[in-house]
Amino acid sequence: MNLNGKRVTLHDMSLRDGMHAKRHQISIDEMVSVACGLDDAGMPLIEVTHGDGLGGASVNYGFPAHSDEEYLAAVVPKMKQARISVLHVPGIGTLDHIRMASDLGASTIRIATHCTEADISEQHIGVGRDLGMDTVGFLMMAHMIDEAQFLEQALLMESYGANCIYCTDSAGYMLPDEVTTKISALRQALKSDTQIGFHGHHNLAMGVANSLAAIEAGADRIDGSVAGLGAGAGNTPLEVLSAVLHRMGAEDGIDLYKIMDVAEDLVVPMMDQPIRVDRDSLTLGYAGVYSSFLLFAKRAGEKYGVPTRDLLVELGRRGTVGGQEDMIEDLALTMSAHSD
Amino acid sequence: MVEKLRALIIGPGNIGTDLLMKAQRSDWIEPVWMVGVEESEGIKRAQGMGMKTSVTGIDGVLEHIAADDIRIAFDATSAYAHAEHARKLNELGVIMVDLTPAAIGPFCVPPVNLAEHSAALAMNVNMVTCGGQATIPMVHAVSRVQSVAYGEIVATVGSKSVGPGTRKNIDEFTRTTSAAVSQIGGAREGKAIIIINPAEPPLIMRDTIHCLVDDEPDQEAITQSVQDMVAEVQKYVPGYRLVNGPVFDGNRVSTFLEVEGLGDFLPKYAGNLDIMTAAGLRTAEMLSEEVASGHFALPART
Repeated sequence: MNLNGKRVTLHDMSLRDGMHAKRHQISIDEMVSVACGLDDAGMPLIEVTHGDGLGGASVNYGFPAHSDEEYLAAVVPKMKQARISVLHVPGIGTLDHIRMASDLGASTIRIATHCTEADISEQHIGVGRDLGMDTVGFLMMAHMIDEAQFLEQALLMESYGANCIYCTDSAGYMLPDEVTTKISALRQALKSDTQIGFHGHHNLAMGVANSLAAIEAGADRIDGSVAGLGAGAGNTPLEVLSAVLHRMGAEDGIDLYKIMDVAEDLVVPMMDQPIRVDRDSLTLGYAGVYSSFLLFAKRAGEKYGVPTRDLLVELGRRGTVGGQEDMIEDLALTMSAHSD
Repeated sequence: MVEKLRALIIGPGNIGTDLLMKAQRSDWIEPVWMVGVEESEGIKRAQGMGMKTSVTGIDGVLEHIAADDIRIAFDATSAYAHAEHARKLNELGVIMVDLTPAAIGPFCVPPVNLAEHSAALAMNVNMVTCGGQATIPMVHAVSRVQSVAYGEIVATVGSKSVGPGTRKNIDEFTRTTSAAVSQIGGAREGKAIIIINPAEPPLIMRDTIHCLVDDEPDQEAITQSVQDMVAEVQKYVPGYRLVNGPVFDGNRVSTFLEVEGLGDFLPKYAGNLDIMTAAGLRTAEMLSEEVASGHFALPART
């Protein structure tokens, strides 16, 4: 694989996807210190939001230590070069949340839908564009459909005004060939000035390999997370990806030693549990289950005496999608009643 | 046999067609017109079911309102289109039953507050959203036992049951449902989440209702109240079922439901359509009953 001279924009998820792994309890001080460390290391884009996007504060997904407003107001003014992005899931947050984030200085809005439901994003992509934001369409659980169906949905988001489309491997299920096929399909059919992104999870330990495949097939932006802090077995570890990219001669603009230090000195000490491939996060990747279900399934499994792995496999079999955290307790209750 | 109130339906899509099928079986309502904006499958279906049709929107039917004695209009279009429909039809003395999330008129969730609407009928009654119809009775079932600081509902619907109107206006769905969880459900603060799931075969509508109560929950009283309310909703939506709960975790009370439809227009998984159209029709029938019994006078017509 030859990536020599390729320019790549890395996008850090530790303060948004990482919120899942921290049960949304990252403190303002932690958020500011990690963001400043990443800014200093040359990270061009940093996402700051509740794990489930703007307005995600809820019983269903978890109440955060602080509101999206408080996190954004604390982080945005401290940035010297990095831009701050926010995630938004139509059906969870509302347009008012997008306006709030824009007012507080977030410059990138990422509108996320399940990979088959792009047509619920028209309103939200439109508002992002009207506010002059870098507006991204983020198609989740992309492994669930083939590349032709995926492209159809990407074209919808592009037609609503998204200037970048993401292939999002929410379950960490994809292998490099699938990434290549999907990103290539986008690159061939989307407008030449529409950017393409890839968001990976490390549940099958394919985060770095999949990201390289994406870049080779034409992706401009790659999501990852410093020290991998993210849902499931985490996101693509950015300090590792950056080291690999430097060896391959690709240009990511990151100061490698500085990002290694942010990972080791700031992020690892924040972790409530090791972010690694264990049998439960491996099950997410193997069975194709939404990564942020992990901690909910562990808790419900313990409470109702059902093995976490059995819960995750059944959630996969039922075709659950991102956001259906409520079905985890429901299923645990049902499985527990049947085993009595 | 009393004289049925004559009605028109705006919007020949999923909701409008399902409503038409139910209304044709009603003892109190007689659907006469189906109004669309173009020749469509839905318009052809309505013609096949014996309806008069307009393909030029609401303007195409205004001159027939008096002659056909239309008294009720069901709006199954979108929140944005509704305001104009309501204005033009209210002027002609037609009462609107609004199935969009426009929420111009007061919210109506039949097992919770239909009686209040019966006492003071507005010219425009809003049916909240399908998620609201499915979940607000459960929020109320808790709040009538003890005070609810926060009510949150998660409605998950099969992709095939969500029409283009809802898809374009999903924000209105979220906001209108949140407002009604608080106003009608009785929670001090309300939140609504909608999830669309494309699984095949399509999943039956699922709803989860979380309430955070102020004091220690009275488990026995809440469980009884929830079961009573389920029975109440089953009177007009037979496939409304408790799957799990109520479960109690500290001050959290969570109830897990599924809503199976009658399978009139869309298959049975689309309980979200049934609960909306059944609630809208139930509201119109109540009006018709009030007129028949002399409790309510329709707007005068010359």
